[in-house]
Amino acid sequence: MTDFVNSLGIILYATLAYMTPLLFAALGSCFSEVSGVVNIGIEGMMTAGAFTGTVVAYFTGNPWIGFLCGGLAGALFGMLHATATVRLGADQTIAGTAINMLGPGIVIMIARVLFNSTDTIPLTQSQKLPKLFAGMFDTNTVFGRFLDNVFANYVSTYLVFAAAIIVWFVFYKTKFGLRLRACGEHPQACETLGINVLRMRFSCVTISGFLAGLGGACVTMTISTQFRPISIVGQGFIAIAAVIFGKFRPQGALLGCLLFGFCSGLKVVLGGSGGVDMQLLSMIPYVVTVIVLILFVGKSHVPSANGKPYIKAK
Amino acid sequence: MNKKKSFLDVISENTFIHILLSILLGFLIGALFLAVMGLSVGEAYGRLLSSVTSVKGFSYVIVYSVPYIVAGLSVAFSFKTGVFNIGAEGQFVVGAMAACVVSILLPDIPKPLLIPLCFIVAAVAGALWGSIVAFLKIKWGINEVLSMIMFNWIAFYLSNFIAGIPAIHSEGSAEATKNISSNASMLFSKDFIKANGLAPTANWGILVALVITVVIWFIIEKTTLGYNLKAVGVNKFAAEYGGISVNSSIMTALAISGAMAGLAGALQLMGMGNRISVFASQEGFGFAGIVVALMGCSNPFGVLIAGIFYGALIYGGSKLNLVGAPTQLINVIVGTVVFFIAISVIFKNLKNIRMRQRANEGVAASRARKEAESK
Repeated sequence: MTDFVNSLGIILYATLAYMTPLLFAALGSCFSEVSGVVNIGIEGMMTAGAFTGTVVAYFTGNPWIGFLCGGLAGALFGMLHATATVRLGADQTIAGTAINMLGPGIVIMIARVLFNSTDTIPLTQSQKLPKLFAGMFDTNTVFGRFLDNVFANYVSTYLVFAAAIIVWFVFYKTKFGLRLRACGEHPQACETLGINVLRMRFSCVTISGFLAGLGGACVTMTISTQFRPISIVGQGFIAIAAVIFGKFRPQGALLGCLLFGFCSGLKVVLGGSGGVDMQLLSMIPYVVTVIVLILFVGKSHVPSANGKPYIKAK
Repeated sequence: MNKKKSFLDVISENTFIHILLSILLGFLIGALFLAVMGLSVGEAYGRLLSSVTSVKGFSYVIVYSVPYIVAGLSVAFSFKTGVFNIGAEGQFVVGAMAACVVSILLPDIPKPLLIPLCFIVAAVAGALWGSIVAFLKIKWGINEVLSMIMFNWIAFYLSNFIAGIPAIHSEGSAEATKNISSNASMLFSKDFIKANGLAPTANWGILVALVITVVIWFIIEKTTLGYNLKAVGVNKFAAEYGGISVNSSIMTALAISGAMAGLAGALQLMGMGNRISVFASQEGFGFAGIVVALMGCSNPFGVLIAGIFYGALIYGGSKLNLVGAPTQLINVIVGTVVFFIAISVIFKNLKNIRMRQRANEGVAASRARKEAESK
């Protein structure tokens, strides 16, 4: 029984730990996709955020400034993507692919200049994002230990839940959200109602980069303490998958990320007990995602104007 | 009506010039980065050029470019048919692994049989991997981009798993498969390589890549199948109205595209690779295929050239460390090239903008005249 409770605690902890960066990036992806711009460059924006966050935290000694700068670096690449796709009418997939090459390319080059290595110097405890509930529970009791396991996550995990609620509120309870959803469905109609579609989309793609950057910073400023070229390997694409899984809604993306995180957590616990091959266990999150899609989710409604450059009629 | 084309017309209409301009801009931005980092631009670019222009260097470039060309063809084919095969990565991996397993388990089949057998197995594996995605889309309406991302990772872990099976795993300490049977190797003979001063991994792969290029061009441009697939790519509703089954088109397109990606995997293995390692992260041949397809404008012959160009950058880039410049410079250059290709619509619009400016000037002038008259 004690073992089971312990394992459960660890699974829940790992679920939240895996989910955090994914959900930040997925919320970002929501902004961009729902406003009608395909953003496959999330991965590159995350890398930029991951690097910038760590480096700024290292030099300033303040994790919060680092975290924010990680977001801003992502936003910068978001603006680059927005300039190409929204202002210049570029093919959104091609521009996103370019961002995915430029992001890692540029930051790793900077890393080579600053540290003479592709890795950054590991952050000290005070330069990392703090843990919110460390040492608050009595680990001598079974239940206390369970809580200590579950709440061992860094502050970013709680921030991302707050972010999810805020994004949901913005999407469905504000004028901005209504307009942004309309821009992805029928930009022409928006324009006739006096909404500046181009400006809306530009800001949404920039926000998307900001959130992706925060997601990247979560990876390198919590459990792992340094940026390495393999820090961000595919999380951006998984985040995009979570958004499609969640039918382009922030609350759906949250579910998608939780499912994915839970399967990854399961993998960690099962892998620790030995027996099953680790490579096969690592497939679980991906296989389960496909199965859940088949059984419960099915067709997802893509925003009608998604992927189509909007050209203002003269 | 043979009006002479103005300079602006040529720039705005010729895709080839857009690409050349983009490449030029890519190298310019790369030079900018080098300069900011305080490195010598001439030295870095000189090294890049000198490392790919020697006989040995160029043979390396060709060896490197084979999988890029074929993976690029795979993605280009999917672009033509209106599907975005972001799953080429996974199809590449299963293709390579299938060929690897066959050549390790059946090492004694004579060369003229084993090589084609490996190709077929790899193509079938890649085609299957692509078809699963198409099947999920047709049967349950599951978004293909999502399932491709999932299947890329499933392929990745599957390959790592198979590489760990005792019958396949290397007998040495390496975290990799055994070496493939020499009967499945496409390397030139040692004497030939030595006599001509080629790269030690020089192989027949480029010829196969050339044949595949022509075949893909033929399918797209000269067959009914290609016509149908393209029609679906351009406008699936019109195609359906015209009696083309959209579902079976998607299935065929992804199967062919997957087969190409699988073949690319086999070519990489049987040429340069010789075995498959247990990887910590995706190798990225499929993603490179996307870049190559974009640089080649999804035209098979364009992809051929783009693949060699990309191979040259990757090989040349690996030598940049020798002059103290980071290898990642290549990513920045290629990323910039792709970025400018993405916004190459602005080149096309240059003319329209100019015309619009003229029109606006005209309107403004006539308005001013009217106002002057009314006063």
